[in-house]
Amino acid sequence: MAFPPDRLLPDRQPAYMSSWIYVFGVLTVVSLAWVIITGCVLAIMGPSWWHVSTAGHFVNSLHLWSVEAFFFFMVIHLWGKFFMAAWRGNRRLTWATGVVSFLASVGAAFTGYLSQQNFDSQWISTQAKDGINATGAGAVWNVLNFGQMLMWHIVLLPIVVALIVGLHVLLVRRRGIVPPFELTSDGEGDRETAPERDSA
Amino acid sequence: MSLAVLLGALINLNGSGRYIHWGFIQISVANFIVIILMVIVFVLAILLPFPRRKGGGQ
Repeated sequence: MAFPPDRLLPDRQPAYMSSWIYVFGVLTVVSLAWVIITGCVLAIMGPSWWHVSTAGHFVNSLHLWSVEAFFFFMVIHLWGKFFMAAWRGNRRLTWATGVVSFLASVGAAFTGYLSQQNFDSQWISTQAKDGINATGAGAVWNVLNFGQMLMWHIVLLPIVVALIVGLHVLLVRRRGIVPPFELTSDGEGDRETAPERDSA
Repeated sequence: MSLAVLLGALINLNGSGRYIHWGFIQISVANFIVIILMVIVFVLAILLPFPRRKGGGQ
């Protein structure tokens, strides 16, 4: 079985994981969960609610700040994994899905800026259109088309981000956490061979 | 005065943004502060000891 229960939800991890740098992946996932939850509330209630009511402003702000936290933690997670060379030991796909989810998240955040329905979104869209058009993508991806950008923001890109992040987490569970350079020079010492100690 | 008004008065976000100009580099003060905070948190995450359970692992 690729994912036995003790691998999907392990209660023990290698001793080298007892460092704060390893918490930023799960902080990123938690932030993403809040982004999706608050986004669903905003979609249910609609713009006349989030633009006007006090509760709407609050949830709108929660959506913004959970995105801020998401990128804050994700970039620190990226830095940590880069300096660990976390693609070692047959973890290339784990690294690649992380890169793609980062890029998809940038697109989701960008279309979110365009969906604010205020002067900020108008300014950003008019600034972005020339750059997008210069790539040729403007023929099918029009940043001045509010409806198209909103659909990308609340349907397509969230599906992409959620699927790739889910695959990323499953790959982390499948391949294990990359060992430090001291334990193995090539990262081959994955969870089958790495020392399993109680790190709590 | 509500707590939100009190906290909101600390930093006035209603004005135009402030930017740092350094040669060809231009970045908003807000983005610059966020990047500095990320670097600080990254360094602290590496340096600060992680709490361990008594009698736990090595």
